[in-house]
Amino acid sequence: MKEFFAQFAIPHPSLLIYIAMASIVLGTIALVAVVTYFKLWGYLWREWITTVDHKKIGIMYLITALVMLFRGGVDAVMLRMQLAVPDNTFLDAQHYNEVFTTHGVVMILFMAMPFITFFFNFLVPLQIGARDVAFPRLNNLAFWLFFMGMGLFNISFVIGGSPDAGWTSYFPLAGNEFSTSVGTNYYMLSLQIAGLGTLMTGINFITTIMKMRAPGMTLFKMPMFTWSALIANLIIVFAFPVLTVALAMGTMDRLFDTKFFSIGNGGMDMLWANLFWVWGHPEVYILILPAFGIFSEVISTFARRNLYGYTSMVWSMVVISVFSFAVWTHHFFTMGQGALTNSIFSITTMAIAIPTGVKIFNWLFTLYKGKIEMTTPMLYAMHFIPLFTLGGVTGVMLAMSAADYQYHNTMFLVAHFHNVIIPGVVYAMLAGLTFYWPKMFGFMLNEKIGKATVWVMSTGFVLSFIPMYITGLDGQARRMYTYSDATGFSLLNMVSFIGAGIMTVSFLMIVWNIWYSFKNSPRNISSDPWNARGLEWATHTPIPNYNFAITPDVTDATSEAFWDSKKNGTKLFKGKIEDIHMPNNSGQPFVMAVAFFILGFAFVFSMWYLAIVGLIVILGCMAFRSLEDDHGYHIHAHEVEETEKKYAKKGGAK
Amino acid sequence: MSKVNNNVPLEYSTEENNLKIFGFWVFLGAEIMLFGTLFASYFTLVDRTGSGPTGAEIFEITPVLIETFVLLTSSFTIGLAIHAMRLGSKKATINFMVITLLLGAVFLSVEIYEFYHYVHVGAGLTVSAFTSILLTTLGTHGLHVTMGLFWGALLVYQIAKRGLNSVTAGKTFIFSLYWHFLDVVWIFIFSFIYLKGMM
Repeated sequence: MKEFFAQFAIPHPSLLIYIAMASIVLGTIALVAVVTYFKLWGYLWREWITTVDHKKIGIMYLITALVMLFRGGVDAVMLRMQLAVPDNTFLDAQHYNEVFTTHGVVMILFMAMPFITFFFNFLVPLQIGARDVAFPRLNNLAFWLFFMGMGLFNISFVIGGSPDAGWTSYFPLAGNEFSTSVGTNYYMLSLQIAGLGTLMTGINFITTIMKMRAPGMTLFKMPMFTWSALIANLIIVFAFPVLTVALAMGTMDRLFDTKFFSIGNGGMDMLWANLFWVWGHPEVYILILPAFGIFSEVISTFARRNLYGYTSMVWSMVVISVFSFAVWTHHFFTMGQGALTNSIFSITTMAIAIPTGVKIFNWLFTLYKGKIEMTTPMLYAMHFIPLFTLGGVTGVMLAMSAADYQYHNTMFLVAHFHNVIIPGVVYAMLAGLTFYWPKMFGFMLNEKIGKATVWVMSTGFVLSFIPMYITGLDGQARRMYTYSDATGFSLLNMVSFIGAGIMTVSFLMIVWNIWYSFKNSPRNISSDPWNARGLEWATHTPIPNYNFAITPDVTDATSEAFWDSKKNGTKLFKGKIEDIHMPNNSGQPFVMAVAFFILGFAFVFSMWYLAIVGLIVILGCMAFRSLEDDHGYHIHAHEVEETEKKYAKKGGAK
Repeated sequence: MSKVNNNVPLEYSTEENNLKIFGFWVFLGAEIMLFGTLFASYFTLVDRTGSGPTGAEIFEITPVLIETFVLLTSSFTIGLAIHAMRLGSKKATINFMVITLLLGAVFLSVEIYEFYHYVHVGAGLTVSAFTSILLTTLGTHGLHVTMGLFWGALLVYQIAKRGLNSVTAGKTFIFSLYWHFLDVVWIFIFSFIYLKGMM
């Protein structure tokens, strides 16, 4: 009995973890109490947990992403706080390892990934004029698998200990010999489960985009965000299976003592590094391409001009997606693979700057002669261009393999990738969030607070990360938990810490903005408050569950169909209202995802009987789904007409 | 169910089936990457035998030939099942499906013997990097066959109970894609793991 509980203990407890534990318990109790008090369980189950509506699933991804943004943010502040002054004792070495590991995993996989998946879900069907995604039930399952993976990862630090081998989990460090707690098991299994969900999303959206576009929408008439989503999902389908295999091998090495990545008996630790980055580098482009898509939408809308160089924008993304699979070795230039290999990967890596540069210039040419309107989303885009370019330039510096011997594993690298991911992905997500907020929730976010947020965020960003370039070139290693004053890093690290504080303020301002606007913003806005361009603005606000009463026809329009209809009077909705076929909600995906959670948890602690229980439930769910006879339901034409009339009364409908 | 188009084979007759078949091809793309990664890892680790045996020392030709023969035949019989389905013969479809599954079961039994043999001659999962990747690659394929057996059995039950309609036909067609795919993977295993390993 004692052994059984000792198994779940925290191997490296500290006061901070106890506080976190207490707050998790209190938070959970409070949440359950509130939901029970307002009798929301039925509502949650019927309207959200079992939903197959792509818009609601999107919003669930959004909520997860925002919560994880704050969890990862707290980690970031802890790291900067520890490094703010030399010889700090705020965190010990072990705790620091755990915090930078979880910061990396949470931010990439459980913040940025759901954030872009939220945009896939919410936007893609609307932009292509579809009623839903190709596989609505699979979409729900994908979300819950992702969510359960996220949950499994997040309970690690209170049950059994956090992973501590870095977000890349390099072997042999991640092997049993050097990572003795179950933390790395959590890493392997939670990423595996969430990764399955992501793969399903990939399959679903490729099918949706290829097969469900509105009549007349050829591939080269697709809105730019949809293009970016298609390319990103293709990368997902080809990159994630590599991660699946690598994680399975890592899990087997840790649990079953196989010899894939071990040091003795033939094992090869570099195989992990290769497999990890064959997935990991394309993953970067899975994140950045949809971000580019969002910026394209925002910039063309607020420059009031068609996107410059549509075709070259598309082809640059295609080229980036191909190159993304040919650069992974640049992550370990210094690990002894020889001059020829280094040179080849050096060149392929630098070559990615070319298509990326094409995109930057296209945005600039869109702005040129545009009637620029500096709204909050546009302000994010304007800050993105110079900051991201700086990150790109330092990326090319890192791509020089000879010079990389100086930068490798220093703060210079840390500064570089934050310099592309924050202005690139995070700014795009926040710009998109502000841009599409009225479409989702029926009110605008406050522009004054929004614009102030962008400025505060950029100030914080520059103060946080520019000093790291300097300390990195001076030799401050990443992942070094403390340093002595004699290194001369103290002042710049203090500046970084102040920058992190300012960034924290900017994120709190977003929360404040949402609350303030929820209280004060007018609710009678039109369905197209920004005077925007894509089909997603051609439907009502809030969006009815069938999206479009009549499927839009874009034969006569360009890639900006709604803009054309406003400018040239192109008719989008031809034909009459007919019965609409809709899929039924189902609780089966949720049950299956819970079983995956149980299976994952059982594997983490090698509890095989529990694992068998989880496996049986999963197989049972699959059999149930196979035998189930579910044809969905119809919304009859007269019901649709009534709904449409109601919207027409409110105004703003077309 | 949406509109039914009678000018095409049953499995393509509804919009829903077209989506599912397309989606399954995309899934097979992901499966190619999965097995591709396993093969790449296999080629990386094949000579890293440590203190364990090499492939040439442990491979036995007879079970491998039996496996190859039954699996290739089963790919033919699932083709016949689809052919029967297009002719509208429920009985023949079921019969050929059952034959396919039986051949799959024979394959799996021989593979289980083969694994027993490897462990017996000191080539268990944990012996060396080579045995780890060998058994993982074979095991992943074997696991896919096992899943296929459960899946196929559920389909036989559904065809028997509900007959051939657009739903069951769509599912059966997708299953046949899966089964052919497993066969293709096996051809790679046979050529690049066994033949190359024994030479």
